[in-house]
Amino acid sequence: MQKSVIEVSHLFKDYQTAAGPFPVLKDVNLRIDSGDYVAIMGPSGSGKSTFMNILGCLDKPTKGQYVLDGHPVATMEENAVAGVRNKTIGFVFQGFNLLARSSLLDNVALPLVYSGIEKPERHRRAKVLLEKVGLGKHINSRPNQISGGQQQRVAIARALVNNPRLILADEPTGNLDSVTSEEIMALFGELNKEGITIVLVTHETDIAEHAKRQVRFLDGKIVEDTLTERPTPDTLDPQEIDHV
Amino acid sequence: MFSAMLGEAWHAMGANRLRTFLTMLGMVIGVGAVVLMMAIGQGAEASVKRSINAMGSNLFVVLSGPPNMGGARSATGNAPSLNVKDANAIVDLSGVLGVAPVTMGKAQIVFGSNNWNTDIIGTTPSYLDVRSWDLTDGYAFSDSDIRSATRVALIGKTVADNIFGEDIDPVGKTIRIKQSPFVVLGVLSSKGQTLDGRDQDDTIIVPLTTAQRKLFGNQLPGSVRQIIVQAESDKAMVMVEEGLNSLLNQRHNIREGADSDFSVRNLTAIANSAAETTRTMSLLLGAIASVSLLVGGIGIMNIMLVSVTERTREIGIRMAIGARQRDILMQFLLEAIVISIVGCLIGIAIGVAGALLVSTFTQAEVIVSSNSVIIAFSVAASIGVFFGFYPAKKAAMLNPIEALRYQ
Repeated sequence: MQKSVIEVSHLFKDYQTAAGPFPVLKDVNLRIDSGDYVAIMGPSGSGKSTFMNILGCLDKPTKGQYVLDGHPVATMEENAVAGVRNKTIGFVFQGFNLLARSSLLDNVALPLVYSGIEKPERHRRAKVLLEKVGLGKHINSRPNQISGGQQQRVAIARALVNNPRLILADEPTGNLDSVTSEEIMALFGELNKEGITIVLVTHETDIAEHAKRQVRFLDGKIVEDTLTERPTPDTLDPQEIDHV
Repeated sequence: MFSAMLGEAWHAMGANRLRTFLTMLGMVIGVGAVVLMMAIGQGAEASVKRSINAMGSNLFVVLSGPPNMGGARSATGNAPSLNVKDANAIVDLSGVLGVAPVTMGKAQIVFGSNNWNTDIIGTTPSYLDVRSWDLTDGYAFSDSDIRSATRVALIGKTVADNIFGEDIDPVGKTIRIKQSPFVVLGVLSSKGQTLDGRDQDDTIIVPLTTAQRKLFGNQLPGSVRQIIVQAESDKAMVMVEEGLNSLLNQRHNIREGADSDFSVRNLTAIANSAAETTRTMSLLLGAIASVSLLVGGIGIMNIMLVSVTERTREIGIRMAIGARQRDILMQFLLEAIVISIVGCLIGIAIGVAGALLVSTFTQAEVIVSSNSVIIAFSVAASIGVFFGFYPAKKAAMLNPIEALRYQ
């Protein structure tokens, strides 16, 4: 029996509007196992971003249960949820969301500040990760001095710095050209091979094909949940065969 | 963690230097004003206190009169109702430290080609002790001078300056008072002005008997215009005042309920009310200056609110990567406190410099006490906390999703 990282059951989310509650998610059920690589797809307004925010503990569902790594999120207090965002989850955004005033090193090390880790250790770990994403020579640059693809690598390094079990990426290639997108997706592929569970939101099919599993949202519901077909069987993970 | 946040606060302040400077300026002016105003107020208090000390402490003056002649009262000090025997009796009252009978008048004095008109005080040697008055030169007359009514004089600084000038040493010279020759025994130290602006150094002191017999004459032998009485301590004042009244009523055969032919004035009480006035004034100055400190605090709050709005997205990012509400709160609170404290330090420096300038260019005395600096500093720090708290709380309460979406 595979251990689940994410287990969502009967999840509803309404937005309050002037005209009354507007349902965005309607009875979503999803289980994501440890080591999985899931692409969430769907047109604008299908609820995929809202779903992602709930997975990232940035938003709360109106109804339903979300169990993250064995803990029901609804029962956690505010500081514990912040701790989850800090240690269990690594977030990657479409707009990179780096702090413009800080150096790349400080950007990557920032989550460690909130974990209460001392400065030498913060810098050591941030340096290791910047080298891993190929930016070891730019640690003192500012985000505006490097390209978009490089900025997204910094954001990924920041997401990884606290050794999270789960990476959540919301349109990580949305602001990048196709070549850079491929590079970023290759990086995600490597991380997944190292055992990190990855969930990414995208509306581009070719990006989604990098994932092992594709979940399609439409009108606040999951309408399709398929495993990606691979050209050669040797790229398949043994875990995937379980699913099949 | 804390040092990292302090570093970030410093960083954020550096990001918009002009704005940080202008915000700080409110604090600088507020603290500078408080320090300067308190320095001026405390200086004024100190100079009043010095005038009080110069007058002598715990003093009563017993004035003769008002005489009651068939119901018409005349001015106090004119009737010859007090005399030297009264003064000698007062010495034995409990709680009395010193007694000096005084008679006085104005006279023309001459030395060489210079002349001057001044107050002549005829009194006993204890007068100098009671008034805590020293000599800068020469020596005082003694009780034997009183007994033999010798023609000797102690002259005040103003008198010495006017009839001798700077080049002549007055001690041992002979001056003429109302045509009679007097030998100058000593020169009195400078006491400055009284609280009502009279020059206390414009005076000559001669033995009581000499004044009575040889300068002003006497309505009744031995009568004096006033008797200055010094109590042992502040606490003895009430006892001495009661003692003076009952003793003199008894000696002057005044029935209970009848008008006295003397009056007892408490000089210390008058001086204390003057001190109270300056204290009120310095409080008022401090209060006005505090208003500018308050305005500076509101300036900080205003800028911090702008800063929170501007950095909404940054707050969202920080929350998404694990900042707790209290981390965000601390970050903005710390920024407000750092601005206040740095502004306060600059303000103290400017306040002290301003105080030095005031004391250099005016004769006013200014005192920068460590107390006023400590008060200004702690008030500024509390203002940072107080006015920084609301914007910081607002930042901490932001919804991470909305903060991240904020453009």
